[in-house]
Amino acid sequence: MKAAVIVFPGTYREQDMMRALKKGGANEVSAVWHAETELPGGTDLVVLPGGFSYGDYLRSGAIAARAPVMASVADHAKKGGLALGVCNGFQMLCEAGLLPGTLMRNAGLTFICKEVHLRVEATNSAFTNGYRHHQVVRFPVAHHDGNYFADPATLDRLEGEDRVAFRYCAPDGTVDPKSPTANPNGSQRAIAGILSENRNILGLMPHPENLVEELLGGTDGLPLFESLGLAA
Amino acid sequence: MKARVTVTLKDGVLDPQGQAIEKALQNLGFSGVGAVRQGRYFEVDLNGADPASAQSRVEEMCEKLLANTVIENYAVEIEN
Repeated sequence: MKAAVIVFPGTYREQDMMRALKKGGANEVSAVWHAETELPGGTDLVVLPGGFSYGDYLRSGAIAARAPVMASVADHAKKGGLALGVCNGFQMLCEAGLLPGTLMRNAGLTFICKEVHLRVEATNSAFTNGYRHHQVVRFPVAHHDGNYFADPATLDRLEGEDRVAFRYCAPDGTVDPKSPTANPNGSQRAIAGILSENRNILGLMPHPENLVEELLGGTDGLPLFESLGLAA
Repeated sequence: MKARVTVTLKDGVLDPQGQAIEKALQNLGFSGVGAVRQGRYFEVDLNGADPASAQSRVEEMCEKLLANTVIENYAVEIEN
């Protein structure tokens, strides 16, 4: 597995991401500056990490989604290459049109920085096949614009095609989109992460890369990186 | 030539910021305030003199960057 982590001005989660990828078994992990026009040869996985690219100017992820490197990222993904976007990276994937919908301001208007519970909905992907269906995991979130929105037809399609990867839930796994505790940012149908049509792109708001070691509070994020490590 | 671009949320898209502004206006004692929707406004200076081509160029800018057409509408006004 050869992974490329893209770094934009304002990105700051790339070190955590690179460490998690290595821990998961990736044998080559490089950081790629946004002004590059090509990915390193033989890249299996592209990662758009979290942060505040361009200070969230215009809309979160909007400027980064039009950066020079993004044409290569889109090309890689359209050829079936794996792509992962976490937090700001998820916002970029939506802004770039690689995933449907968008991330709006949190329903409660506040920045949310805490651990949340997620229910694994789709295990049929290179990202999520290390989890059990409906397994409840605990990942941290740190975002202001994480309120997933898409029109009802798109939401129905995502659900019909088993493309909702993670939903926010209560600690016991109950999903309640109307509850500000079980669905902290007000996302439509409590959606926390989605897959592309070909299941090779995953975008999610919570940070699996920050729970990959017992020393730092748990390893619920590790299966995602381990299954990616085995993917190529 | 100058383009004035207004970007607004589509009908049906929840606008919690607009709702918070609406409440604040009511708290300030402004009566008769209905729904408030928050949007964005841009002024873009343009070279060239043809308003029709400026209109289509700015609309393309809206489609590609200034608006997120999943949730937003845009209106372009060209001023000579």
